[in-house]
Amino acid sequence: MNWLWSNLDLVGELMLTHLALSVPAIILSFVISVPIGWLAHRYRWSRGVLLGLCALLYAIPSLALFIALPPITGLPLRSPLNLVIALTLYGIAVIVRTSADAFDAVERDIRQSATAVGYSAVGRFWGVELPLAGPVLLSGLRVVIVSTVSLATVGAVIGVPSLGTLFTNGFQRNIQAEIITGIVATMVLALVLDWLCVMAGRLLMPWSRPNTATARAVSTTLVKQADAA
Amino acid sequence: MNLFIDGIAWILDPANWSGTGSIPQRLWEHIWISAVVLLLASAIALPTGALVGHTGKGREFSVMVSGGLRALPTLGVLTLFGLWLGIGLGAPIIALVILAIPPLLAGAYAGFESVDRRTIDAARAMGMRELQLVGRVEVPLGLPIIVGGIRSATLQIIATATLAAYIADDGLGRFIFAGLKTRNYDEMLGGSILVILLALIVDGIFAITQRLVVPAGVRATRTRELRSRPARPRAVVGQPITEGNRE
Repeated sequence: MNWLWSNLDLVGELMLTHLALSVPAIILSFVISVPIGWLAHRYRWSRGVLLGLCALLYAIPSLALFIALPPITGLPLRSPLNLVIALTLYGIAVIVRTSADAFDAVERDIRQSATAVGYSAVGRFWGVELPLAGPVLLSGLRVVIVSTVSLATVGAVIGVPSLGTLFTNGFQRNIQAEIITGIVATMVLALVLDWLCVMAGRLLMPWSRPNTATARAVSTTLVKQADAA
Repeated sequence: MNLFIDGIAWILDPANWSGTGSIPQRLWEHIWISAVVLLLASAIALPTGALVGHTGKGREFSVMVSGGLRALPTLGVLTLFGLWLGIGLGAPIIALVILAIPPLLAGAYAGFESVDRRTIDAARAMGMRELQLVGRVEVPLGLPIIVGGIRSATLQIIATATLAAYIADDGLGRFIFAGLKTRNYDEMLGGSILVILLALIVDGIFAITQRLVVPAGVRATRTRELRSRPARPRAVVGQPITEGNRE
């Protein structure tokens, strides 16, 4: 505990750096993967190709990706941007599958009735499919929040500062408290972002009470929902 | 792209294929550690997950365990055990086992839960004992999902074993850290390429296995629309009413 009090500034600063790495990656991966997920849902061939690519991407170990990316992007190895790109790629690999499932879960009858009452293809996407897919998309986003925040710490070993710096520094200087602080801080950060995401979901989608389908999808991710059905 | 050619040249350099710390030795270490960890973690997580999935008891608990453990930053766990247990294989193996448990546990209970309640009721009505029910109904039907859990656990282990080279002198990750220290990008990249290849090959093997373990009876009906059906439907009494022109 003493270590924490005397290094509160450092922890706070690293937390902000950590946020600056993970939040853009989370948002980018969500924005990019919703259309990809929709495309995967739309056609049989695109489903196989896109989901297969995502599975391949997801199989690549993070440390190896961090090192293999700079020759492709031309960025220096220790550039935070390099890490953000890698984290975004992992995020995409995770959400595309969920978002394809989310659009699959919108019933065909509903889509047909939307067309019948005069929605255009674009209008139907924004007005019907996206809102109905929302709760499952949210559950995918929650998985990505937790995994991205945790994965960002790995960047510390190649020299990109984040809360992971507490692990490498604590290990080298033999300070247990520093590593434990880092673990707790990372998990707290993930929990707070997850909670914010759930709250945003409630505000944006007041019609979605946590039902069993989303609860099941979320259940494998983080914590049981306090007010689960 | 030139850097990639240099990385591949590093892999193909005969000097890196013999002696201590050679590519075959590191590769073997990596595979060996991953296999040991997978066995240990499976021995803990699969029976637990099966018990939870079969009885339906302790589901909340195992969801919490697998969810909570998943939020643990791998590097933090590795370095913490590294400090506690010192240099050697003990620390990375324990840390890797802890990190491999969530996907295995989740895969096992999700696999058991995916079995239709009606199938289980039917098996029980035919007079199957609990163990028969597990061995001859739940495991075969849930196997694709269970194998899926083992697949993601294995990928996680291979990835984290790379990172474990930070605290121990083992595995393909050694090349990455050695290259980082001496600013030798060829070695780093060569090591990374080897790790990526290993992960992709193992993933491919699991992808094929996952297809092979689908029971023949399930495969026959697989083409039917399975979307948006609840994972565990209640027993149906009487004839379900279908409206409209569903296929």
